[in-house]
Amino acid sequence: MEQHELIEKVKVTCQDSIVRIEEMPNDDVLVEIKKEEILSVMDILKNDPELKFSISNHLGVDNGENYAVIYNLYSYPFKHKITVKACLDHEHPEIDSVESIFQGMNWFERETYDLLGIKFTGHSNLKRLLLPPDWEGHPLRKDYVYPDFYNQIDNRRPDLCD
Amino acid sequence: MAELVSQEMFLNMGPHHPSTHGVLRLIVQTDGEIMRRAVPDVGYLHRGIEKIAERVTYQGFMPYTDRIDYVSAFSGNLGYALTVERLAGIEVPEKAEYLRVIAAELARMGSHFIGFGAVLLDLGAVTPFVHALRERETYNDLMEMLCGARLTHNYARIGGVSHDLPEGFKEKTLKFIDHLEYEFIDEFNNLISFNSILVKRFANVGVVSAEKAIEYTLVGPNLRGSGVQFDLRRDDPYSIYDRFDFEIPVGKGKFGTVGDCYDRYWIRIQEIRESCRIIRQALEQMPEKGEIRTKIPKVFKPPKGEIYVRTECPRGEMGFYLISDGGKSPYRLKIRTGSFSAMSILEELSQGVMVADLVAIIGSFDIVAPEIDR
Repeated sequence: MEQHELIEKVKVTCQDSIVRIEEMPNDDVLVEIKKEEILSVMDILKNDPELKFSISNHLGVDNGENYAVIYNLYSYPFKHKITVKACLDHEHPEIDSVESIFQGMNWFERETYDLLGIKFTGHSNLKRLLLPPDWEGHPLRKDYVYPDFYNQIDNRRPDLCD
Repeated sequence: MAELVSQEMFLNMGPHHPSTHGVLRLIVQTDGEIMRRAVPDVGYLHRGIEKIAERVTYQGFMPYTDRIDYVSAFSGNLGYALTVERLAGIEVPEKAEYLRVIAAELARMGSHFIGFGAVLLDLGAVTPFVHALRERETYNDLMEMLCGARLTHNYARIGGVSHDLPEGFKEKTLKFIDHLEYEFIDEFNNLISFNSILVKRFANVGVVSAEKAIEYTLVGPNLRGSGVQFDLRRDDPYSIYDRFDFEIPVGKGKFGTVGDCYDRYWIRIQEIRESCRIIRQALEQMPEKGEIRTKIPKVFKPPKGEIYVRTECPRGEMGFYLISDGGKSPYRLKIRTGSFSAMSILEELSQGVMVADLVAIIGSFDIVAPEIDR
């Protein structure tokens, strides 16, 4: 299936959930969806006999005015690629966890929670993954302020020119 | 006689345990020799590479990609360079493509030497590790000839590679792959691969079914070990991999079940042979003379856009999701690595196995801790 055929197919199957759908470089298709519909869209992408997608990557991004979560899916039997994107509001970034559909997303979503502070409702173990549990803030946010101290350890570097 | 009481015990394995392949901690809940659960605690090597990417220029990020997976530094270089080139539409000269393939396949072999060498060392077989590292040493020498560095190569550039082939490299590489194909692999297999103690330690241990492997986003040799025939070099070709003829080894349950530790180990051994084939063809086909780098402006700004590019690294696919806002440095760069997904399956896989088998399972996934933490 070519890119435009996949776009037509997804348009038919997901209909109202789609905000925009377009071609992406590297033979990919970018589909932006409403965040409430994430579970139903993922369910269709996984179980439709002509799509059969499995997940390969997930990330979050701070766009300044909002947050976005991005899922890269790949279909092993048909070799299609699709990128699913959902925008979240800046005050309370929250979205349903897709862990119930793709088990492997457990750690990916924990990492996004850890580094960007996006909450995944329904996640079985939403704890920090890479940073220590007592770390404050979420470093990949654009407004993140580097801490001077962590547990009395000085993070500041003396200026060698002084 | 007093009744024997069995009690569950919590143990810390790591962060500085010789068999955890880097700084990695496992909280192990045991009942005697049986493991109830092993919960991985990662993040000891988190350097914030993704955050650093947002602060440096596109060219300036290249040395950091060495440090994602330092065992096969060139694979990270190649993936990042490809991502930026595809977004900006930069053409790479013919000769540079060949040099990249040769370096990438050398890196794959160099990484697999450590991969299967270290797991054997973990299981108590010291000699094969030394044999594997002897070959790794030649790989280090070759890379040093090529770009001057032995571990963190920083060889790829956006638009090409940094150095042309030095004199004598071709002969030395041919001698090396001849030695591997006709001497080393058979000798190594006779020494250890078919050893009945190793077979008993590996066969039917840590079995991952094909469905579960895809569900947990396993990639590369770990996915192929479960019997899924998928290799990005063939199924989603990048660079010039479509010009070469090579096989994709998959797990067939050689001594036990499909997807056990032995299958994952055996795939790595077979991949050495396939890498040798690719290098041989690349050295034959490579043009004698030619440009090795496309000129890009000093202040390099790719167009606005998003792209996700995956490459087949020794530990499975490494994916770079790049968002550019048209500025001097990436707006967001996410690095997806093979060890990360391999580690996330460990908690489920470790339930109910013997404690000694945990070491075999971690080793068979060929996990490198800095790749998990980034």
